[in-house]
Amino acid sequence: MALYLSSKEIIRYKGRYLLFSLVIALITTLVLFIAALAQGLADANKQFLDKLNADLVVFQKNVNLSAVGSQITLNKLPAIRQVPGVMAVGPIGLSSGTLVFNDNTPSLDISLIGIDPRQLGQPAVKKGRALQTNQGRQTVIDSNVATKTGIKVGDKITLRTIINNKEVYNTIEVIGITDDQQFLYAPSIFLPYDTWNNFRPQPTPNNNTPPTIANIIAIKTDNPAQSILIAESIIRRVKDVEVVDRKTAYEASPGYQAQQSTLDTQRGFTLLIGILVIGGFFQIQTLQKVPQIGVLKAIGTPNNNIAFMVIFQIILLTVIGITIGTIVTLGLSLILPYGIPIVFSGKNTILAIISLLFIGPIGGLVSVRLALRVEPLAALGMN
Amino acid sequence: MDKVLETIAISKIYKNGASTVKAVDNSSFWFSKGEFIALVGPSGSGKTTMLALLAGLLRPTEGNIFIDGIDLVNLSDSERTLFRRQKIGFTFQANNLVPYLTALENVELMLRLNLQFNPQTAAHAKDLLIRLGLEEHLYHFPSQLSGGGQQRVAIARALIHNPTLVLADEPTAALDTERAYQVVEIFSSLIHEQNRTGIMVTHDLRMVEFADRVINMRDGKIVRIISSRDEINQLARIGRQENENN
Repeated sequence: MALYLSSKEIIRYKGRYLLFSLVIALITTLVLFIAALAQGLADANKQFLDKLNADLVVFQKNVNLSAVGSQITLNKLPAIRQVPGVMAVGPIGLSSGTLVFNDNTPSLDISLIGIDPRQLGQPAVKKGRALQTNQGRQTVIDSNVATKTGIKVGDKITLRTIINNKEVYNTIEVIGITDDQQFLYAPSIFLPYDTWNNFRPQPTPNNNTPPTIANIIAIKTDNPAQSILIAESIIRRVKDVEVVDRKTAYEASPGYQAQQSTLDTQRGFTLLIGILVIGGFFQIQTLQKVPQIGVLKAIGTPNNNIAFMVIFQIILLTVIGITIGTIVTLGLSLILPYGIPIVFSGKNTILAIISLLFIGPIGGLVSVRLALRVEPLAALGMN
Repeated sequence: MDKVLETIAISKIYKNGASTVKAVDNSSFWFSKGEFIALVGPSGSGKTTMLALLAGLLRPTEGNIFIDGIDLVNLSDSERTLFRRQKIGFTFQANNLVPYLTALENVELMLRLNLQFNPQTAAHAKDLLIRLGLEEHLYHFPSQLSGGGQQRVAIARALIHNPTLVLADEPTAALDTERAYQVVEIFSSLIHEQNRTGIMVTHDLRMVEFADRVINMRDGKIVRIISSRDEINQLARIGRQENENN
């Protein structure tokens, strides 16, 4: 009975209900875009650390886990390696530079990442080959660089860095392309560690002297479940270091937490607005229908039927709105220009949709209560 | 005669702070099958409260109401809802019909509520509406019907599920004279034909012409029950004169 009455009402007033579904669709689009923006900005900040093939990351002590600010002397590597449970280690150097082009392609700021190909830290290559030696003018680029500039495996690229207050240009050959590996909002290129040490921005040229420091050290353990104990053990045995898991490492990136919490707040407020809009709409609807609900009750319609009518309408309109909103959002995502930090991850999108599904019933609770409180006497104008 | 409805010393008292108002005061009467009763009286006389009590929409403060031998006072809220659905037919002064259902669907609604909806009863609903002159309007929504048309659909809805008691609250309030007479005449004839008990609350004395008995209320009390055809006709004449003078 409730299904019959509520579906008849929706069909009869389809224009009104469709319009309202579109409002829910717009809220859905907004929530999904905020979720995708949060994911996109998070990815741009953390991709490299998130995908690093390591269980733990070592930082210099007292630098607030700043990857760029951290400086660890490489002579600490043997001590770290000897800690029980440590399976592999790899120094990682982090700095920035710019790719410049002879044609009209605009220059591209990049994260310059130095890795020792013989040790931990080598990214998975999806095209071409991985770095083999610790020297040489070769690089593996992140697919973002390839997409933005059109660079292919085998191309030679020019890297500009500032050394001794002068612009220095180096030509390097692209031998491989990895998947997305952005770090600190810039796409990355990976260089052999010694090469990175020569090319990186620095106050004075190092004249090809071997590197003595790394920014961070990646660690692979033989038992990831014991990572916390191993980290504590490293801190006890090696001076002036801090050891954390990858998640803690990227969450400590500058602005990461502030940015994500801002976007989460926006998402929360959008959902709250959704609850109020849906609640308001159905409350007005119910108030307009008080005499009609009174008649239905007077002729013997049970209260649970009346409640189910309202709930069914709320759920149906919410589902229709969310479906339209999701389709529109996915459609828009296909035509967005490359480079906008919008990433629709399955998990985040599903979480956003589930939370949206709850806002309808929550918003409609007041109108259900209102409908239940209508007295059948309202039919006689006695309420 | 079988007593279909009997009230025993019912009162409905409203308390507002220190003051009390007796909307219905110690009223006893009974009706039998096939009777069409008009409940008349000035505004505030307690007619609508009496109707709400007889429908089980209100509980009396004192007294008992028996319909088909069942004492409404002893029923729980959900039992009274079920009782109304099965035993009572209603027409109201306004907002009678569900606006998003067609005339036919509004009548079928009572069948669906009582789980009696099937091809035979659906055909009966259609026949009843055709008999009430609504053949052209079966699939019209209430907003597409005249006031008289809406009342006739409401009458069909009130009768379709074979209720014991049919209650009508001011069914002619929004109608012109011609349509008012038509509606009450149809209502009365169906009550008699189907051997049900009908009670109509009205402030329009002209309409008592179709009633078998008239109950006159004032200040919550039944001041007179008129059963004589001559007296009823006399009352209807007074109503017509009052209407002409107005």
